[in-house]
Amino acid sequence: MHNVDADPLDRLTEWHAAGKKTALATVIKTWGSSPRPVGSHLAVSEDGDFAGSVSGGCIEGLVIEAALATITSGEPAQLEFGVTNDMAWEVGLACGGKVQVYVESIS
Amino acid sequence: MKADLFEALSLNIAAHKACAVVTDIEAGSQILIGADTRIGDLKLKEEQLAVVNQLIVGDVSGQIDETNLFVRVYGPALRLIIVGAVHIAQALAPMAQLAGFKVTVIDPREAFVRAGRLSEVEALTDWPNEGMHKLQPDSRTAVVTLTHDPKLDDPALAAALRSKAFYIGSLGSNRTHAKRLARLTEDGFSERDLDRIHGPVGLDIKAKTPSEIAVSILGEIVATRRRAAA
Repeated sequence: MHNVDADPLDRLTEWHAAGKKTALATVIKTWGSSPRPVGSHLAVSEDGDFAGSVSGGCIEGLVIEAALATITSGEPAQLEFGVTNDMAWEVGLACGGKVQVYVESIS
Repeated sequence: MKADLFEALSLNIAAHKACAVVTDIEAGSQILIGADTRIGDLKLKEEQLAVVNQLIVGDVSGQIDETNLFVRVYGPALRLIIVGAVHIAQALAPMAQLAGFKVTVIDPREAFVRAGRLSEVEALTDWPNEGMHKLQPDSRTAVVTLTHDPKLDDPALAAALRSKAFYIGSLGSNRTHAKRLARLTEDGFSERDLDRIHGPVGLDIKAKTPSEIAVSILGEIVATRRRAAA
């Protein structure tokens, strides 16, 4: 049976070995009742496949977009989501927490 | 993240070796710090390196105070040793694997191991004292005995008590457990030693079926680990 917590890096390793361009998003800071702890990973391939999570599913769409942009540009990015952020409110980080996510390409 | 750093990280994780990736989140520079690896373009000061090593030991990820440095720690695998390839083990082994444990089942009764359908789990058909000696439980190891048979459970419990295993559990009713404690006392274990054994095993969730009992045991293991770290 597969360890679901290790899944994002295992998948990233597979994509990387297959020669695909990839990116990794990591929760680097949380405030309040954020659903995933610091260090949580979301792995993204150039095809838009993804594994893991950085929230309970609320902000994954935006993080995947940012990851795909990072794959193209090669530039890492920091994203912040919280109740004070209109964007995040829209996508529904309704738990009242705040998270900071670091997105980088593997290159 | 540079490809060579990522590939070295993958190898460390696959080998269950503790390591950390330190990232300067403003500059984007990084270094991988493992027991025998150091790859990357980020230079750390001595005192920062000491903090990183502490975080690795504690298996805690986070930012180093008043710096742009984020440390992601990848701890060595948690382990679960199950003594007895019994029905509950068939449920507990895959559940624990899902939760990130490297699981080993010890049972000298080969028929039980075959019947246990444990194809994805490491199984040792050693006697428990030999198996425990091979596996060397440490502070990231949980040990659960499920056989009800003193010949199998007691040596495993004794070995677990002599180790730093963070969780020790033993299946059996209050009566069985009291007898077990009496035997271990005769073997020279103190009351304080025996307090480390969770028995009757598992959280009180009124579990009935083997899989429900597995949930209660895994719940107790997780609770023990997380409470100790809190």
